[in-house]
Amino acid sequence: MTLMKHLAAATASLALTAGMAAADPALIFDLGGKFDKSFNESAYEGAQRWAKETGGSYKELEIQSEAQREQAIRRLAESGANPIVVMSFSNIETLNTVAPDFPETKFVLIDGVVEQPNVRSIVFAEHEGSYLVGMLAAMASKSGTAGFIGGMDIPLIRQFGCGYAQGVKAVNPDATVLTNMTGSTGAAWNDPVKGGELAKSQISQGADVIFAAAGGTGLGVLQAAADAGVLSIGVDSNQNYLHPGKVLTSMLKRVDNAVYESFKAGEALEPGMINMNLSLQGVGYALDDNNKDLITDEMKAKVDEAAAKIASGELKIHDYHSDNTCPAVTF
Amino acid sequence: MDFATLIQILDSTVRLATPLLFACLAGLFSERAGVFDIGLEGKMLAAAFLSAAVAALTGSVWLGVLAGIFASLLLSGIHGLAAITFRGNQLISGVAINFLASGLTVLLGQKWFGLGGRTPSLTDGGRFEPITLPFADAIAPLPIIGPIYAELISGHSILVYLAIACVPASAWVLYRTRFGLRLRAVGENPAAVDTAGVSVTGIRYAAVAICGVLCGLAGAYLALGLAAGFGKEMTAGRGFIALAALIFAKWRPWYALGATMLFGFLEAVGNRFPSIDLGLFAIPSQFVQALPYIITVVILAGFIGKARPPRAGGEPYVKER
Repeated sequence: MTLMKHLAAATASLALTAGMAAADPALIFDLGGKFDKSFNESAYEGAQRWAKETGGSYKELEIQSEAQREQAIRRLAESGANPIVVMSFSNIETLNTVAPDFPETKFVLIDGVVEQPNVRSIVFAEHEGSYLVGMLAAMASKSGTAGFIGGMDIPLIRQFGCGYAQGVKAVNPDATVLTNMTGSTGAAWNDPVKGGELAKSQISQGADVIFAAAGGTGLGVLQAAADAGVLSIGVDSNQNYLHPGKVLTSMLKRVDNAVYESFKAGEALEPGMINMNLSLQGVGYALDDNNKDLITDEMKAKVDEAAAKIASGELKIHDYHSDNTCPAVTF
Repeated sequence: MDFATLIQILDSTVRLATPLLFACLAGLFSERAGVFDIGLEGKMLAAAFLSAAVAALTGSVWLGVLAGIFASLLLSGIHGLAAITFRGNQLISGVAINFLASGLTVLLGQKWFGLGGRTPSLTDGGRFEPITLPFADAIAPLPIIGPIYAELISGHSILVYLAIACVPASAWVLYRTRFGLRLRAVGENPAAVDTAGVSVTGIRYAAVAICGVLCGLAGAYLALGLAAGFGKEMTAGRGFIALAALIFAKWRPWYALGATMLFGFLEAVGNRFPSIDLGLFAIPSQFVQALPYIITVVILAGFIGKARPPRAGGEPYVKER
């Protein structure tokens, strides 16, 4: 009985402190984990940047399984965190259920669209960024064969592959684009062994530039490519440094900016949908000391020109989501 | 499909089948002695983690392998303690080991390296390099035999050859030695072994220890041979595929080689041909990926012959009631 009392008291005080610390923003990482060197890590960097600049603190949570999604969001919402940034399209349904229960709390969903009055949905124009790295791949390729390795086979990843293939074909219409998906379950994000094997398979088919959009699996792809002496392209975060001089570039998805802006807006966050495209600098390609010898001035000029055209609307890249087909490649 | 493609697929098959083969033989020793082990996955994962961690810290691939074996043996010891000494439920102990490994690897990895459960990428010296067998360069230009020898047989890391060598070794130990006879007897009729004055507990612990060593090699090969470091959940269900292969192989070493090679081959084919076009219709990659499981279900249903587990499997041995 006394134990129960203690417990009750502890919960009560917890709830109190949680209430007092209200208005701290929160960030929920998805299954890839906070340090996936990719999508989630990019969000972490954005949150860290906000914390450094404002001196504020934020709450974070890494979910470990599918079953925790709703529980995690509810817990943070109950603790008074506001706004709550939720990573990944996998939370669309969860957020549709949870968001109406916390009308005072603002939610931000990255990579998916939820139509609720208190949710801001941020999506990225992955096809535009992928198009740019596809162009670079085609220009860097000597064999005329470029590879794409996706993680879980979902429309979002096909969006990457489709934009990439269009970029490759734009530079070299005769180029071959090989595509592989790692799997159809969540395990496909964390299988570097299979990633490496897929990369070896594509290399044996002549690919000399391989774009990995596969979370932790992609690390295996980059490794296998570096071992075999061919180029690879990283994704989401800047992954050029992982194998300096062997990673052609990285397709940047500025999740960090999205998280940073959301945290900065705080409780005054505007709900609605934001499409982070090239003109908003939501996507792009990475150029730093590690890959400056791989990207010639000519390549850079061509890609930047295409980027300007896409941003101005002069050049349209086919959006896989629009009709679930891709003109440049079949999956 | 031309010859070069076939060689590449078979080459990939060997690489993919090696961890399965180690794990399958590991399960074989344990289960032949009457201790069911669904913790193969967890042991591989723990071994992959510790081998990568130690290899990253020391820069020595062999210390890494030893560490991997140690991690796997430790979990084997827990399984042995629960299943043999305390006569607990072997399946539950195995499940617990899988969860323990899954959580512990990430926790320790984060604590030690701060990379979210990953270990730092291994560089030269910390990884197994491919071995070029003698005369590979000289034989390579020959037709047919050249590619088979130079690309398929040569050019793997040493653990691949060790795994293959483990097959005849296991068969010899199980069927030609006194220890093997006792081990099999303990899995079929432990009371008879006990009556003969041989310690059932001792034999079972030995079997579980062998299982630990082999699982350790499987995990070390994943982290140090195929990948360059540990990533969370990197075994990705291979321990369970090895279990399926074990049933498919009807608990026999040579069959285990065939079963794991078949599963490796299916995965390699799936990797090489994301969808197989048969002209009239295309087989989707998901189907190829699911084939090992489908085959196992077919086997279990008894269509391709009966897979009979060791009779005393899963039963803790109780001397007197």
